[in-house]
Amino acid sequence: MITRRTALMGAAVAALLVATPASAADDLKLPRQAVELVAPPFVHPHEQATRQGPKIMEFKLTIKEKEVVIDNAGTKLQAMTFDGSMPGPLMVVHEGDYVELTLVNPETNAMPHNIDFHSATGGLGGGALTRVNPGEQTVLRWKATRTGTFVYHCAPEGMIPWHVVSGMHGTVMVLPRDGLRDREGKPLRYDRIYYVGENDFYIPKDGNGKYKSYQTPGAAFADTTEVMRKLIPTHVVFNGKVGALTGKNAMTAKVGESVMIVHSQANRDSRPHLIGGHGDYVWETGKFINPPQKDLETWFIRGGSAGAALYTFRQPGIYAYVSHNLIEAAELGATAHFKVEGEWNNDLMKQVQPAGPIPPGKSSAAEPAVRTR
Amino acid sequence: MLLAMKIKVAITAAALASPVALTIAPVAPVVDRTVNSEFTEIAAKAFQYRGAGDFSRDGKPADAPLRDERLAGSIRMMNRQVTSAEYGRCAEDGRCPRIPYARTMTDRPMVGVSWRDATAYAEWITKKTGLLHRLPTDEEWVFAAGEKARDEALPLVDPIDPAQAWIARYEAEADRARPFAVDPQPVGSFGRNENGLQDIGGNVWEWTNTCFLRMTIDPAGAVRVTNTNCGVRVVQGAHRTYMTDFIRDPRTGGCAAGVPPANLGFRLVVENGPWAALHWKLAAILKPS
Repeated sequence: MITRRTALMGAAVAALLVATPASAADDLKLPRQAVELVAPPFVHPHEQATRQGPKIMEFKLTIKEKEVVIDNAGTKLQAMTFDGSMPGPLMVVHEGDYVELTLVNPETNAMPHNIDFHSATGGLGGGALTRVNPGEQTVLRWKATRTGTFVYHCAPEGMIPWHVVSGMHGTVMVLPRDGLRDREGKPLRYDRIYYVGENDFYIPKDGNGKYKSYQTPGAAFADTTEVMRKLIPTHVVFNGKVGALTGKNAMTAKVGESVMIVHSQANRDSRPHLIGGHGDYVWETGKFINPPQKDLETWFIRGGSAGAALYTFRQPGIYAYVSHNLIEAAELGATAHFKVEGEWNNDLMKQVQPAGPIPPGKSSAAEPAVRTR
Repeated sequence: MLLAMKIKVAITAAALASPVALTIAPVAPVVDRTVNSEFTEIAAKAFQYRGAGDFSRDGKPADAPLRDERLAGSIRMMNRQVTSAEYGRCAEDGRCPRIPYARTMTDRPMVGVSWRDATAYAEWITKKTGLLHRLPTDEEWVFAAGEKARDEALPLVDPIDPAQAWIARYEAEADRARPFAVDPQPVGSFGRNENGLQDIGGNVWEWTNTCFLRMTIDPAGAVRVTNTNCGVRVVQGAHRTYMTDFIRDPRTGGCAAGVPPANLGFRLVVENGPWAALHWKLAAILKPS
């Protein structure tokens, strides 16, 4: 720990400290909590309801420009990311907390970046106050005045959409201090939380229809913009890559567990649907002051927003979590899987007769009118 | 029973169709050497074969029986997969569909082909050479693949609790080794098996002529076919799977969980003459299933 006393020992040291959270928030006499972020689909440990008073929640995001592979065919994207993941990590705070973000743009990057929090008030969501060049960092503090799941994204002048569809978006979840509630005010809790961030990618193709790759993000800009302007993504994926949440990376749960799924889409509309399951409680717009809708089959995530769905698994097996524009799910990549362990409930579903020949005669299922018992 | 009869008649008609077409071809066909592929003759010997398709016993899913087999005679199979250059010549002749997104190099296996495309190619090269070329059956493929054939017994689905098998199958599929590259590789990249066949079980799966069957096993162990679906064919490679015959690009997603083949290609077998082929086909049809 660096104390105020050591800081006063030399002007050079003091100059270094100007940008650190310790000196930036002297005006607020609140306890501080530094949070270690984790990569999606996981979420850092947090309280769902809290008895503690408001705090200053400290987060750090390091911007990483890097080449990533986005599908099984090896298609490459010059990605721009918050903390190296697509989407950027989910930050959880409570209403009334202050979010204090250190945004780092390492010298190894090529481009200036910033951050716009949909959950923050004023200053273009923080975008106007956070522009950092490679080799710089900045600290922004904003107060969490309303609850819900909210998108954050990079918003540099002149090239906002390109930064966003190159991976620079994430989510903040502001929980009510006393936790989530249903329409009647009964408390709702989750046993697990998963964070799905949807990406729409626009990868240019060469004359032979093969996806092009580029050496730097800048080199990809002109071609990518041309594809973007047609509004038809080449890939719609969850968490940065086709298959990022399937197979060995499938999300897991147990029968009886309540799972919260936060779904974030910074740019384009989406229609989450759990094949074989439902949304027991869904905050479609993500804002917890509005009562959750019940028993949804499919919910709508407006581009530029994040929503949340709570579901208690009742049956074991493999579930597909898709965007129910099934063309996007199956052809463009918007498919994730849940692997759910537990005991099968024959009351909920049973295979009464396995597939077999159609019996001859009048009792054929195709003619129910003449069916007899 | 009537249904089974109809299918048999249909298959017989189909089997007769190609040799009949051949008999009206020139008596001494001009053999085009540029399309003459490399074949390896493999002598018949005993091997173990697990039937393709879905099996059930007493209305419950059952393991496909593993049986000792021996092909009727030796088999002549391409020792490599059909290449992009070869398929390209058929397309230029207007006898094979042009595959718009075939992005392969000429010395590499042709991929992105459906069973229908592969069959069109076999018919074209048959005309071109005067020798009957066709896709192998699943049985022939397993025999020729030898040690490279993978007998993967996935857990059975118990109707009382189907989810356990689904999860186990899902995990088994997720554990499968992925090919090191997705694009087709130069011929020979995946080595040769004991029969001299190259690239068996590499990153290109191969169409077979075997239809998808649903079968029941009676208490005496006899197998009865309850449903034949020739719109779905057996595909072989690093694992066995089933594909609708017009699929060119295998993929998963949406409702379908699991790991599909990386690429769809094919290799052919050649018969010694049209009448040998007819004999073989009739024998296959008349054999009790």
